[in-house]
Amino acid sequence: MKEIKKTYWKGVEELTNDPAFIKNADREFPELPTQEENTPSRRDFLKLMGFSLAAASLAACEAPVRKAIPYVNKPVDIDPSIPNYYASTYNIGGDYASIVVKTREGRPIKIDGNGISPTTQGGTSAQVEASVLSLYDKQRLSGPMANGESKDWDAFDRELAGKFASASSITIVTNTILSPTTEKAIAKFADKYANVNVVTYDPSSNYGILKAADVSYGVKGIPTYHFDKAKTIVSFGADFLGTWISPIEFSKDYAQTRKISKERPEMSRHYQFESNLSLTGANADYRTPIKASKSGLAVLALYNALAKKAGASTFTAPAVEVEHLDKAANELWANRGASLVVSGSNDPNVQVVVNAINDLLGNNGKTVDFSRPSYFRKGDDAAMNKFVVDLKAGRIDAVVFHECNPAYDFAKGEEIADNISKAKLTVSTNDTLNETASLVQYVAPTHHFLESWNDYSPRLGEYSLAQPTISPLFNTRQAPESFLVWAGESMTYYELLQEEWKAHFAKQDVIADFQTFWDSSLHNGVVEEAFTPVSLSELNGLEQAASAVAKAYKSDNAGTELIVYKKIGVGTGVMANNPWLQEMSDPISKATWDNYLTVSQKWANENGLRMVEGATRKAKLTVGDKSLTVPVLVQPGQAEGTVGLAIGYGRTKAGRVANGVGVNAYELLTTGGDFVNFDITDGVTVELTSDTYSIAQTQTHQTYMGREFVVQESTLGAYKEDAFAGRYRPEIYKDGKFVKPSKVSLWKGHKYSQHHWGLAIDMNSCVGCGACTIACQVENNVAVVGKQEVLNRREMAWIRVDRYYSSDADVKDLKGLEIASENPEVTFQPMMCQHCNNAPCETVCPVAATTHSSEGLNQMTYNRCIGTRYCANNCPYKVRRFNWFKYHDNKDFSVVNVAQNDDMGKMVLNPDVTVRARGVIEKCSMCVQRIQAGKLTAKREGRPVRDGEINVACAVACPTDALVFGDMNDAESRVSKLLKIQENELEAIKEVGEERAYHVLEEINVSPNVWYFTKIRNKDKSEA
Amino acid sequence: MQVTSSLREPLITGGKTLKDVTHDVSRHVEGKPTLSWILALLTSVGVLGVGAIALAATLWEGIGMWGLNKTIGWAWDITNFVWWVGIGHAGTLISAVLLLFRQKWRMAINRAAEAMTIFAVICAALFPVIHMGRPWVGAYWALPLPNTFGSLWVNFNSPLLWDVFAISTYFSVSLVFWYIGLIPDFATIRDRATGLRKTIYGALSFGWDGAAKTWFRYEAVALILAGLATPLVLSVHTIVSFDFATSVIPGWHTTIFPPYFVAGAIFSGFAMVLTLMIITRKVFKLEDYITIGHIELMNIVIIITGSIVGIAYITEFFIAWYSGVAAEQYAFINRAFGPYWWAYWAMMTCNVISPQLFWFKKIRTSIVLTFILSIVVNIGMWFERFVIIVTSLHRDFLPSSWAMFSPTWADMGVYLFTFGLFFTLFLLFAKFFPVINMAEVKSIVKSSGEKVKK
Repeated sequence: MKEIKKTYWKGVEELTNDPAFIKNADREFPELPTQEENTPSRRDFLKLMGFSLAAASLAACEAPVRKAIPYVNKPVDIDPSIPNYYASTYNIGGDYASIVVKTREGRPIKIDGNGISPTTQGGTSAQVEASVLSLYDKQRLSGPMANGESKDWDAFDRELAGKFASASSITIVTNTILSPTTEKAIAKFADKYANVNVVTYDPSSNYGILKAADVSYGVKGIPTYHFDKAKTIVSFGADFLGTWISPIEFSKDYAQTRKISKERPEMSRHYQFESNLSLTGANADYRTPIKASKSGLAVLALYNALAKKAGASTFTAPAVEVEHLDKAANELWANRGASLVVSGSNDPNVQVVVNAINDLLGNNGKTVDFSRPSYFRKGDDAAMNKFVVDLKAGRIDAVVFHECNPAYDFAKGEEIADNISKAKLTVSTNDTLNETASLVQYVAPTHHFLESWNDYSPRLGEYSLAQPTISPLFNTRQAPESFLVWAGESMTYYELLQEEWKAHFAKQDVIADFQTFWDSSLHNGVVEEAFTPVSLSELNGLEQAASAVAKAYKSDNAGTELIVYKKIGVGTGVMANNPWLQEMSDPISKATWDNYLTVSQKWANENGLRMVEGATRKAKLTVGDKSLTVPVLVQPGQAEGTVGLAIGYGRTKAGRVANGVGVNAYELLTTGGDFVNFDITDGVTVELTSDTYSIAQTQTHQTYMGREFVVQESTLGAYKEDAFAGRYRPEIYKDGKFVKPSKVSLWKGHKYSQHHWGLAIDMNSCVGCGACTIACQVENNVAVVGKQEVLNRREMAWIRVDRYYSSDADVKDLKGLEIASENPEVTFQPMMCQHCNNAPCETVCPVAATTHSSEGLNQMTYNRCIGTRYCANNCPYKVRRFNWFKYHDNKDFSVVNVAQNDDMGKMVLNPDVTVRARGVIEKCSMCVQRIQAGKLTAKREGRPVRDGEINVACAVACPTDALVFGDMNDAESRVSKLLKIQENELEAIKEVGEERAYHVLEEINVSPNVWYFTKIRNKDKSEA
Repeated sequence: MQVTSSLREPLITGGKTLKDVTHDVSRHVEGKPTLSWILALLTSVGVLGVGAIALAATLWEGIGMWGLNKTIGWAWDITNFVWWVGIGHAGTLISAVLLLFRQKWRMAINRAAEAMTIFAVICAALFPVIHMGRPWVGAYWALPLPNTFGSLWVNFNSPLLWDVFAISTYFSVSLVFWYIGLIPDFATIRDRATGLRKTIYGALSFGWDGAAKTWFRYEAVALILAGLATPLVLSVHTIVSFDFATSVIPGWHTTIFPPYFVAGAIFSGFAMVLTLMIITRKVFKLEDYITIGHIELMNIVIIITGSIVGIAYITEFFIAWYSGVAAEQYAFINRAFGPYWWAYWAMMTCNVISPQLFWFKKIRTSIVLTFILSIVVNIGMWFERFVIIVTSLHRDFLPSSWAMFSPTWADMGVYLFTFGLFFTLFLLFAKFFPVINMAEVKSIVKSSGEKVKK
């Protein structure tokens, strides 16, 4: 039998006897490594040993345990690392802003403006930006307290309801309540109990305007101002860009009249007559320092001048010589109907005359609108004075202090504090145990506004909603809810709110069902409604007011006058415990962590006082029978014979941050003539003592030393003739001709094939308010370092607003240039990392920790930085900041740097931005985290980045849109159009067509990606 | 063959024999420490200890312990660094450059001068490390080491990196040069010693056998190292000056810096050598070896370098004016008449005016006046660096950032620390090492010692 042996091949490889096949032929799974290959080699052994050793030693070092607990049930709308945005409303007292709150993992971390709002138009202020930190303030009460003991709400309410019921009358003392529904809740409370009386006052009172509106036109409310429609603006001490009534709104409007271009070389002309140098005065085209005692007469003189032109009757008054007043009168008259006169005086008589002036000018209904009142201030000083008298007389039976602190921030605070015990029942709804709440029997702490439902009506026909962005952190209850509970209502405040909004729903016909209306209102945050304008009576009360003014004001007051003002940061002191605001550099004085007596340079010279690096002396300030010892700050522009002092300081029970900072100026206010008088013209003496003191200023050199390479400015007249007016255009001699510095370089230059981020800053519309500085601090986790470290000149700000005064000296007189003019012109220059294309910092870092990105950014790698500070030294703009100490988790800084030390405060940190370690340099990153997030969104959606989609925190916050950020490689972007970038190629060095645009320090050709636009003052050409 | 003029003053006086040389130098090494030496050492160690507290505080709390701020990122730290590096110039100059120029008078002083160089460079090198915000990583990240950080490399554009190379090269060459010179002398001490001392000095002398071949090699190595070290004398301070010259800051951005810094370094180095020599010759009774002639020659070098520095100061002003650059002009006017005018005029007085006194023979041959002026020069040179660093930074381009600097106790303490370290090391050297190069000095004894001739 023939042996049959068939051969089967598994594959072609076996047939061809492929060597690779033979090698693995006996193995079942040829693709797996062979046994030998798997045997641990010596190297493996060493690797393993090494690893184990390293792992063991690493494990031996106690690594801190960080607990990250994943959601068991993930909330529907919370995705880790994805921010959520909620429209809401900022409201403290009468200060109002419509906002959008950014939350991360359920924590509010940033507040932006709400662009839909017709009032604040997307702008914010320093206080609005900083308010998010107050949410995490551990000084807030964690629950209700009765007679100093913690209680639970039920027992508290039962006890209190009994007390209310037995009270013969109840007075509710409050600051302006902007919320109609809160007022409703209080009304329900008033229905329940007998004799409920609401007394409203405001720490920064505008009673004069309110009263005058009533006297003049029978209107209850402050008029709506339209600064955007005014070609001539005259302000008597009203700091409308900084602290007066609704500064965000006014800044937005005002900026519209200050933006100029070659196509539209027109801007408003702004006159300011004031005693202290205010932010508004610093922006004025013509500023005249006048004594407060004269200001009423100046207003009257303006009236008389205009009345003469109008043929109306004039009033007799002592003659006053006020520079620029006649010029102002002429221009006001020329711009009838498009001009605006405002006054910061709290004297109703002065305000009546102001009303008459606007009436004469036909501004009513155009730039100033009484038929549409705003409600930012409702404080009635007369009623509050009466309350204090009643309290003293023991006529107050029960009193509820609703989110207010009159023991501290009312002129007669001391009397309130001393007599509060005369009331049988005292209650406070304040969220901290402040100067007033610590004196009452019952404290029912309210929510922070970011934890609350609410609605607001800033002016007739305009509403906005507030919604909670976080569950209450403490066992608190919103004050109106408390009123409802005490009123025995079963409905919650939220239900009341919805009920109230059903009325708004009924007034509109766009949306058909309430839920949709409610949702869309909440989504937008603001709702505008048709309204019937308030009807005005004919102008009344002028004669009486004019004669009162003529009598009360003096043209020749020889005594010193004290003008009490409000600072942009700390304001009335309600948010004093917010370290961001305490450390905010005051836009004018550049001082932090203090209030101080501002004195004129003349006074300082006469008294032999010279400030060097913030070192000064204290003065004894006496007003009537009260005296305070307060440090002195030499303030150019301060009217001769006047001194200024800010309210908001000298808190004793604000919390760890603010207690003991500065002195309390409210104590000095007088209430003669029924209104709280902030201009104290009688009985003021100032006596310089020999006590030395240091004021922590972030800028101690006041002038720009005539350096055109830093500040370039001109006048409107000159600009109209030549758009290059005021420009300093250095040229460098090369190869037989003069060329721009950018044409001479050692470097080959970068190419940016994708984006090229740039920032254009209009120094003309920047009013210097500093909102950007706080916005940056919040966004980028910038540390607060405290007063001593600011004194050591080590504040960490990534963006600062440089404030320069003009000097009278000749440009050659270098010593003289250091001295500011007695009444200086002021220039603001926001300064941050210029993201130079030829960055001096990048070349000098020995470890390449600071490098250039492919999109034009100068990047800082904190991990790599070894802290030689060479980059900071070599930075011509001095914007680099060094971590001199460990600012986070360090008990030395725990009081001031709350956001990086306190477990609650840390909730405000932006998780997208590293908290920097000790010993490394940091600086503006152009919000690179926002750029990355924006690019990722665009990439995910498969489209190019849209202009405006990515924006830096400073530009978003800016209430005047002075900062414009964008991609300079995108010819259609706003920044490209503003700069008129020619031949839009990918070169780093862009040729810019805009005549006003310049680089600071152009001649050293570091080629920044930040451009400045010349400051143009609307002065006559001859007065440059 | 050394031809010596019979008219020339002998370099070594007192008619020393070769044996005298060995004995005079070795007896300090072999004898018990003197009371004055012990007191001096205790003082130095005390200063070192006090300074260590400041250093520890700086390292523990952060650079914030110093008086620096957002505007002035360097002050005493880099002032001290440049000052110490400058002092560290004289040793190599004396031993290397003067060796190449066959200047025999150097032989009596080169040993101590080199030791001073090495200790000064150690003190100098401390500052770049401790002035870092994060020295624990910076100390090695500043070196081009292969690493696993994702191929992170140093930045070769940075003058600070060049400094790292310059200083470390200078230090290693100086150290080797100094040590090679010490070997024959260690062997001499070894040969005279017994017991443990013999073992130690035996080890230190690397088995020196004194054979002709050994001597030949010794001299060849000395010459080669001298050749290597000579350019370093120029390069180190040139590169240190680049830290400033390559920057954009008015007052720093100056092309005159390299020669000006080198001259200044020699100036201060010679002054420091004089300070130390005058004490050493007194304490160790070496007046016959370190003679008035030495002191006079060194004073002449001080006149020359002091005048170069003076011309540089004036040139800087001229160039600032001639440049037409406003910021540059202001920087210099501010130096002389700004808030730090006193530092500028202290510098001018100490560095430009005081060395001119050495034109008077009486002054340049007076031990006491030389001693005083040598200290004055070093004070002046410290102020020079302070003026360059602080007054340039404190008012640069943007007036908004102008600030002042005032030192804290930690600034002073860290400076004291380096003084303590320097003098501790120098005293230990003076006691345990031969302070004069016996082997070399013996070669000039023969040619100039009158006693031998007779």
